[in-house]
Amino acid sequence: MAITLSENASKHVLNFLAKRGKGIGLRIGVRTSGCSGMAYKLEFVDETSDDDLRFESGGVTVLVDPHSLPYIDGMELDYAREGLNEGFRFNNPNVKDMCGCGESFKV
Amino acid sequence: MALLQISEPGLSAAPHQHRLAVGIDLGTTNSLVATVRNGISVVLNDEEGRALLPSVVRYLADDSVQVGNVAQAMQSADPVNTIISAKRFMGRGLHDIGDTLGMPYRFVDIPAAGPGQGMLQLRTVAGVKSPVEISAEILKTLRARAEASRGGELVGAVITVPAYFDDAQRQATKDAAKLAGLNVLRLLNEPTAAAIAYGLDNAAEGVYAVYDLGGGTFDISILKLSRGVFEVLATNGNSALGGDDFDHRIYCGLLEKNGLSALSPQDTRLLLTRARAAKEELTDRSETRITALLGSGDTIDTVLSRQDFYAMSQNLVANTLQPVRRALRDAGLKVEDVKGVVMVGGSTRMPQVQRAVAEFFGQTPLTNLDPDKVVALGAAIQANVLAGNRSADDWLLLDVIPLSLGIETMGGLTEKIIPRNSTIPTARAQEFTTFKDGQTAMSIHVVQGERELISDCRSLAKFELRGIPPMVAGAARIRVTFQVDADGLLSVSAREMISGVESHITVKPSYGLSDAEVTRMLQDSNQHARDDMQARALREQQVEAEQLLEAVQHALEQDGDALLDEAARVNIRANMDRLREVLQTSEHLAIKRAAAQLNEATVAFAQARMDKSVSRALGGKKLSDLEI
Repeated sequence: MAITLSENASKHVLNFLAKRGKGIGLRIGVRTSGCSGMAYKLEFVDETSDDDLRFESGGVTVLVDPHSLPYIDGMELDYAREGLNEGFRFNNPNVKDMCGCGESFKV
Repeated sequence: MALLQISEPGLSAAPHQHRLAVGIDLGTTNSLVATVRNGISVVLNDEEGRALLPSVVRYLADDSVQVGNVAQAMQSADPVNTIISAKRFMGRGLHDIGDTLGMPYRFVDIPAAGPGQGMLQLRTVAGVKSPVEISAEILKTLRARAEASRGGELVGAVITVPAYFDDAQRQATKDAAKLAGLNVLRLLNEPTAAAIAYGLDNAAEGVYAVYDLGGGTFDISILKLSRGVFEVLATNGNSALGGDDFDHRIYCGLLEKNGLSALSPQDTRLLLTRARAAKEELTDRSETRITALLGSGDTIDTVLSRQDFYAMSQNLVANTLQPVRRALRDAGLKVEDVKGVVMVGGSTRMPQVQRAVAEFFGQTPLTNLDPDKVVALGAAIQANVLAGNRSADDWLLLDVIPLSLGIETMGGLTEKIIPRNSTIPTARAQEFTTFKDGQTAMSIHVVQGERELISDCRSLAKFELRGIPPMVAGAARIRVTFQVDADGLLSVSAREMISGVESHITVKPSYGLSDAEVTRMLQDSNQHARDDMQARALREQQVEAEQLLEAVQHALEQDGDALLDEAARVNIRANMDRLREVLQTSEHLAIKRAAAQLNEATVAFAQARMDKSVSRALGGKKLSDLEI
């Protein structure tokens, strides 16, 4: 399994990285907290760790720490627009239950 | 589900803890809101993809409010209830505005009964509105746009203000934000925001100039960057010079070329619109064609070349360089000291402006960011830092006060405590003393301005220090402390050092000065430097003479009968009368002479009093009893 980015998502990530002027890629992970168990982490990467698992998708390097992978394995990251708002959406096959807002989830 | 943004490493927010912050450029003509999304500062557009929100508010009879393009469209149909350029009224009294004849509004003057009052208001169909309320409507609209774009509530906003905004105008801007439900993280000077947008805060240390030519105003600011800290060294400008004047030059050229005069308002508006379009076209092309059909049936068909346009607008461009020179002089710098030049404002797109600025500074100005958006973009970056979304680069911004702050001293003279162009936040203290024997209270009058006489400066606030223990004149030590916080708001405290009694005021300043007035006051102070010096000398002489008269009067009452014969008393009284008489005139030297004569006439008397008080102190005591 792996983590993948939709074409739209990878295009935006590459653009953001270019404008930011530095960064190796994208870190995706989970951490405990939130109203329904787990929460996503989505960050630029300036430094990697030896444990990091590395994926490539659409030209973007995605780094995931080994503890997070089981929660998000097989996930596709998409970029979407909702009215004036826009941002990344996680299509995560592992999710069984979400809080109303979708910012945290249970597996 | 929620849409997420990429965070900086280690700074992912917990769910529902997103620290959404925006930067707002609350402009005279247009306003914008920007935010940092996925690490990049972007301007937020409305549903129709427009970034600029016209700063226009229309009040309707049913209490509803229209803001932006909708309101702007009704400007000519409903001029009384459609308010444009409310920013010019922020923190202003009616008499600050000067010429209100050209404005269609029904002004309501609120006299300044006390500090914090005196801002003008406007009567609309929905009731009387203050400029603060009007600006709040613009901010509310931008807040709604930002919350829809970020999908959540904002933790705060950074709002930009012109560097020359005084305390009253800054306070009014903060009040407007509060009314709009925005938490102001801080107010930021517009030129500083522009410099941040260009990332100059990460650039090499040095001096930068920000050249801001908007629709109707011109501002120049000189910033200094050292160890990541911005400091505004000087500001200057012209509040009646902007892109509109360039349109007007083309318009006048059209009238002249076609032998037209006295057009109807509709035709004037039509030609001004065409002139503006021509100006914009000449940014990319070497010539443009202007055609129009006037109400009179006359047609206009003129080709305008870039060269012609340059020639007719040459002195406008030159006029912007005057304030630039003055700002450099205020900062004590030369053109060669400027490391970089930032261009702000839509009018800086004009090639002749860019060329003139490049020539003046001997370097190519920074123009790659959209000059209309650059201020909002910088404010958003600052807001992002203040909201805690960036860790490493925490920078502090220093601003400058536009006019000196001081207090009134005896004789209506100004004592400056914080000189103009001091960087803020700042605190300065100075000690003062009592003027009369047994004086137990002191009135502290806080003023703003560069002139020597209080009547030529602007009064900000008055308060009293009471409970000073009775002492002889000059013995009390009263420390007056002026403190200006990071937002440019002033607090003043006075403390009698011996007894410790204290009194203070937070200057919710009455109302301030327009930038035109700031400029005028500065010019006045330069022009009147010599007069002021003489006026000060005169007042000081007068105060001294009054003090002398008071002392002699007191001495006469106490010891006059005991120590003086009739002839001496008459002589002293005659000298006193002469001094009182010349005090009424403004003859500086005559007062000085009369005071000297009175002094001379009282030498013997003073000697006698001295002997008396010494003998009283020593009388009946042995030398050994005295503690020496």
